[in-house]
Amino acid sequence: MTSALRIARALFVSQYALMLEFRAEILLWALSGLMPLLMFSLWSGAPAGAAAGISPQAFARYFLAAFVVRQFTVVWVVYAFEEDNLLGRLSPLLLQPLPLVWRYAAAHLAEQATRLPFVVGMVALFFWAVPEAAWIPSPTRLLLALLAAHLGFWLSFLLQHAITMLCFWSERASALERFLFMPYLFLSGLLAPLDLYPEAVRRFALLTPFPSMLYLPAQLASGGAIDAVAGFRTVAVWLAVLIPLNLVLWRAGVRRYAAMGG
Amino acid sequence: MAIVHVQGLSRSFRVSEKDPGLAGTLRHFLRRKVRTVEAVRDLHFEIEPGEMVGFLGPNGAGKTTTLKMLSGLLHPSGGRVEVAGHVPAHRQAAFLRRITLVMGQKQQLIWDLPPLDSLRVNAAVYGLDDREAARRIAELAEMLELGEELHRPVRKLSLGQRMKAELMAALLHRPEVLFLDEPTLGLDVNAQAAMRRFLADYNRRHGATVLLTSHYMADITALCPRVLLIHAGSLFHDGSLEQLTQRLAPRREVRLELADILPGSAFSGYGEVESCSGRDVRLLVDRDQLTTVVGRLLADLPVLDLEVRDPPIEDIIGRLFRQGSTEQP
Repeated sequence: MTSALRIARALFVSQYALMLEFRAEILLWALSGLMPLLMFSLWSGAPAGAAAGISPQAFARYFLAAFVVRQFTVVWVVYAFEEDNLLGRLSPLLLQPLPLVWRYAAAHLAEQATRLPFVVGMVALFFWAVPEAAWIPSPTRLLLALLAAHLGFWLSFLLQHAITMLCFWSERASALERFLFMPYLFLSGLLAPLDLYPEAVRRFALLTPFPSMLYLPAQLASGGAIDAVAGFRTVAVWLAVLIPLNLVLWRAGVRRYAAMGG
Repeated sequence: MAIVHVQGLSRSFRVSEKDPGLAGTLRHFLRRKVRTVEAVRDLHFEIEPGEMVGFLGPNGAGKTTTLKMLSGLLHPSGGRVEVAGHVPAHRQAAFLRRITLVMGQKQQLIWDLPPLDSLRVNAAVYGLDDREAARRIAELAEMLELGEELHRPVRKLSLGQRMKAELMAALLHRPEVLFLDEPTLGLDVNAQAAMRRFLADYNRRHGATVLLTSHYMADITALCPRVLLIHAGSLFHDGSLEQLTQRLAPRREVRLELADILPGSAFSGYGEVESCSGRDVRLLVDRDQLTTVVGRLLADLPVLDLEVRDPPIEDIIGRLFRQGSTEQP
């Protein structure tokens, strides 16, 4: 096994073991992501949906898919890094020949693996409660949705990780992350499918990375109309922007950490 | 060839100062007062491979700052530093594999998992295969007398056990250079002794170079034939503890138990009276006159018992730090 794979495996296994120590917390974290299901209950009786040609069944499938996607794209790296920075845990890790980002990424992937059983249970519960909305996506759609969700996670992770690097300049970079939550809320499709937005707003939203984090995978999974090629193209463009940005910020941040006193 | 080479090493920090109270807070918000602190000034020293060197100094002297610069955590403000053929500030992977920095109050083990889980991650990070990792873990566990503790969550370990496990994590990749910042801080007497035995044994087995800071003189006297004493950011002494003692305490202590009680004035011709309590007297006598003075004391006074000793090294160092002596080597 190559050394990179060995390291990835070791990190994932240890972080998965750590996450399993917090089973009750994982359930609570999963439940705290219920917002799409709450939006479904708001939209299911609203006339605007029908006026836009979206049936209650389509709404149910979209928001259930959005709920599932949200469970596997939630990112908290800025809070973890900030805590490690304030508690002095960064120094020993910075002296190891492994970029810190891999530890945090492994922790996120391990948390997703821990959430999986809870999410399956909640989906089953939803299908029992709203049987008319139950569906199985086609294999193509399912694969594309899984790929889009995973790439959406990486987009979300890289965006928040870029903000995290600001912790090297400000101890409270998490405040800036909260500032980004507003555009995510409105542009990702969390509040409503982007089909309901005015055309100009929808076009603008589709240029940002936010729909890639939720709307794209949710539409693919739920069978909604979506230009998948354009969607994945947007993902590729934002990855091409965020990956080098993260590299530059990491190097500058570590230099500043070393310059300012560790 | 030296494995640690330091020349003209300096480090300064800009720190902001705030006056207390609301007025001070508003002034601080509108117009911050900043001053420069020279934490380390113009250090020069070299350490040969396999040496164990103690790094002494009062709080705020610059010891930890120096260790951080040697390990690459901090960039120097000036001067040159080279460790194991690398410039630490570049933090190249090849350099990081050859060193380790253990800071007494900082941890790398995952708090809620047994140490073995963290050790497996470290083994992968440093490129150890499973068999080699298992062999090294077994060796370190035997040296550090850790057994079933490795299977318990770190949060359930005592401080001494946790420090030992942290050392295991820090040494698993068998670094050539160890920077240890207060490794026995907070440990009880037995744990401190165990830690010293381990470090001496590790140095003997693997020829590792060790630079160790400690406020416990027992660590330094037990482990370090050579001492670097840093004070107010500058190097005050580079040599053995014995040389430091002779330099800072040119006199030796003579303790007398007398058959009769004599006044303090009776001893003024022999040396400086440190204390005179009943029949117990303590004098400070110049080293080069010691033999003559002891002979005179035995001949002139009713001495029941006599002992000659060096003043405790802790007292010597403590006096130096309190006096703020800046005599340069």
